[in-house]
Amino acid sequence: MIQLFETQRAMRAMRKAAMQRGVMGIVDLGTSKVTCLILRFDSGHMPETEGVGSMAGQAQFRVIGAATTRARGMRHGEIEVMQEAERAVRTVVQTAQKMAQVRIDHAIVSFSGASPRSYGLTGEVELGGREVSEADVAAVLANCDTPDIGLGRAVLHAQPVNFALDYRSGLSDPRGQLGNSLTADMHLLTVDQTVVQNIMHCMRRSDLELAGLASSAYAAGVSAMVEDEQKIGSACIDLGAGTSGLSIFLRGHMIYADTVRIGGMHVTQDISKGLGIPVALAERIKTLHGGLIATGRDDREMIPLTAETGDWEHDRREISRSELIGIMRPRVEEILEAVRDRLDAAGFDDLPSQKIVLTGGGSQVPGLASLAARILGQQVRLGRPLRIQGLPQAATGPAFSSAVGLALFAAHPQDECWDFDIANQRYPARSLRRAVKWFKENW
Amino acid sequence: MRTLIRGRKADRAAIPHDPAPSRLQYRLNRMWLSPFIRVALIRVLPVCLLIAALGVWGTRPAQIAIMTGWIVDVRASVEARPEFQIRQMSLTGASPVLANAIRERVGLEFPVSWFDLDPEVIRADLATLDAVADVAVSVELGGALRVVVTEREPAILWRRPGGLELLDADGYRVAYIDRRDGRADLPLITGRGGNAAVPEALRLFDAARPLGDRLIALKRQGERRWDMVLTDDQVIQLPETGARAAMERVLAMDGAMDLLARDISVVDLRNPLRPTVRMGPAAMEYLQMTRDFRQGLSVQ
Repeated sequence: MIQLFETQRAMRAMRKAAMQRGVMGIVDLGTSKVTCLILRFDSGHMPETEGVGSMAGQAQFRVIGAATTRARGMRHGEIEVMQEAERAVRTVVQTAQKMAQVRIDHAIVSFSGASPRSYGLTGEVELGGREVSEADVAAVLANCDTPDIGLGRAVLHAQPVNFALDYRSGLSDPRGQLGNSLTADMHLLTVDQTVVQNIMHCMRRSDLELAGLASSAYAAGVSAMVEDEQKIGSACIDLGAGTSGLSIFLRGHMIYADTVRIGGMHVTQDISKGLGIPVALAERIKTLHGGLIATGRDDREMIPLTAETGDWEHDRREISRSELIGIMRPRVEEILEAVRDRLDAAGFDDLPSQKIVLTGGGSQVPGLASLAARILGQQVRLGRPLRIQGLPQAATGPAFSSAVGLALFAAHPQDECWDFDIANQRYPARSLRRAVKWFKENW
Repeated sequence: MRTLIRGRKADRAAIPHDPAPSRLQYRLNRMWLSPFIRVALIRVLPVCLLIAALGVWGTRPAQIAIMTGWIVDVRASVEARPEFQIRQMSLTGASPVLANAIRERVGLEFPVSWFDLDPEVIRADLATLDAVADVAVSVELGGALRVVVTEREPAILWRRPGGLELLDADGYRVAYIDRRDGRADLPLITGRGGNAAVPEALRLFDAARPLGDRLIALKRQGERRWDMVLTDDQVIQLPETGARAAMERVLAMDGAMDLLARDISVVDLRNPLRPTVRMGPAAMEYLQMTRDFRQGLSVQ
């Protein structure tokens, strides 16, 4: 874990350097599309307004370049073919740079795959009645009992979500308060290390310095949910192409994240297989005519399945829209049920509010809201990303919520465990204890 | 599975156009976007290339010849304009003789172009003339070369072994002169080094004015003191210092004892404490005779 600390710290230093230069790139590696946003930070130029301004405090950066391209060589949000993924990244970065007329050297990357797993950790440290300092916060975070995250897993996020001082819980910032024992709850998100390494390698091959990594489920939650929803407890479901990510927020912090490895691409494949048409045509039919709730009118709305095989009968087939809905609906239901299972496993029912926000490209299917309400509960809404300055109209749809969330994350990163300096005396003591433990177990 | 080995012709034809930039293209694009290289390529490089091209083109002998030809043509056409022509020389403050000498010295064929004249050179040239104390040369755009001369005033004549010279009050040569009669109004000095002590000589002539026509010249002796030569071969030998006081003393003696009217060939005041006179032969004989009488040696 220490090793990863150093990597994450290095990325934080990169982020700081990028902020100093004033230009940072955002790369959202998805299964079906890669998005790159170029942000310009002008710290000295904050519009002074009473209370929360129209930009909700996000006005200190501006999108100066945006580009999206079809992702290649990706499967389930993971890099499958390195060269192809690299080409996609190069294409999108070059296009965005052309729009911005600025070169980016630092990029923050989000990805949806790598099977994230959430852990809730608790740590405690004795204070003896003195004031809580930043070193104490670092100590209590370092004291959290590290679970066995498994071989080949890496920590992606380690965010303190709650502090408790003696018997007072729910503190967001305990510094400066007096108490006897400080307890911290930390949310740890681990991912497959090889996937992360592949992504880092891909960025390095594109001459970009990695200034941060984020799970796209988390980024989508940051941008698609309003502040109240993040506070009172709600889940954001990012319906992507290869994966459906879900993140649960409570009191402004992410407390759980997971992904279901089914997405919109599977719906397309179902259509393609079910109707015997190419994937490209299936995708087109899905986006143009797709739906989830069939009505009587849909029986009469015929969709031509044009093809170029030369077989007259085959080339002039037609299906009704209700047939298409009949293919799409079971798969979407499957996705939503899988999400429901994950939410149940995470104990979402225990939250004070059970609001669910659906976002991502898959959320644009007509009728999803009512279908989701039937499966996930009544408090479902479709979420679009927060508006940020300079974002082109074409990139304001729900499919871009994780890219926009990543931009917000770049501007205001959540405090992570590695942002606090570990007290020097702790680290050798712990390793010494570990060494003693190892001796006891083995001799 | 896609083919891992690329490069076969048939495969390449089957691959649709790939919008992705190659690594090289991507890197070049990023380099192009970095401000330093961009400025270097857009601003610095073209200027350098232009300068280099001009340099290469302009240093070929044929081009140099053409360009110098242009320059000469342009210059000639400007010089030939009537506004820049100088048609005459106006000379003020010079005597006719000096004026002729100056005209000869300047030696210009009018009309002359304004650009061909360097007044400073002409001024320096004219200042070397003996008779010219100071000269100002200016070019007036009306078409005249204006020369204002301040002549040296001849104050004294100096006879030296080579000839007779006119000197000004500072002892600077003004002109050569053939005859003493040419400037009978000026006093005469002789002897080597006489020109170096002209101011003193002038003061002495001033002091010796009561002598009137009797004064012929001052003669410089050994380049250190003056002898005053009067008519009847009388000589007043003056000291090196205090010559004027000695002169006045001689005049006082002359006034009191009519000294200079007597038969005295030399009045020696070289040692002011001991003025000495050398009598003429007749006076000497008369003195001898008187002495003899006094002593009763002589019989008459």
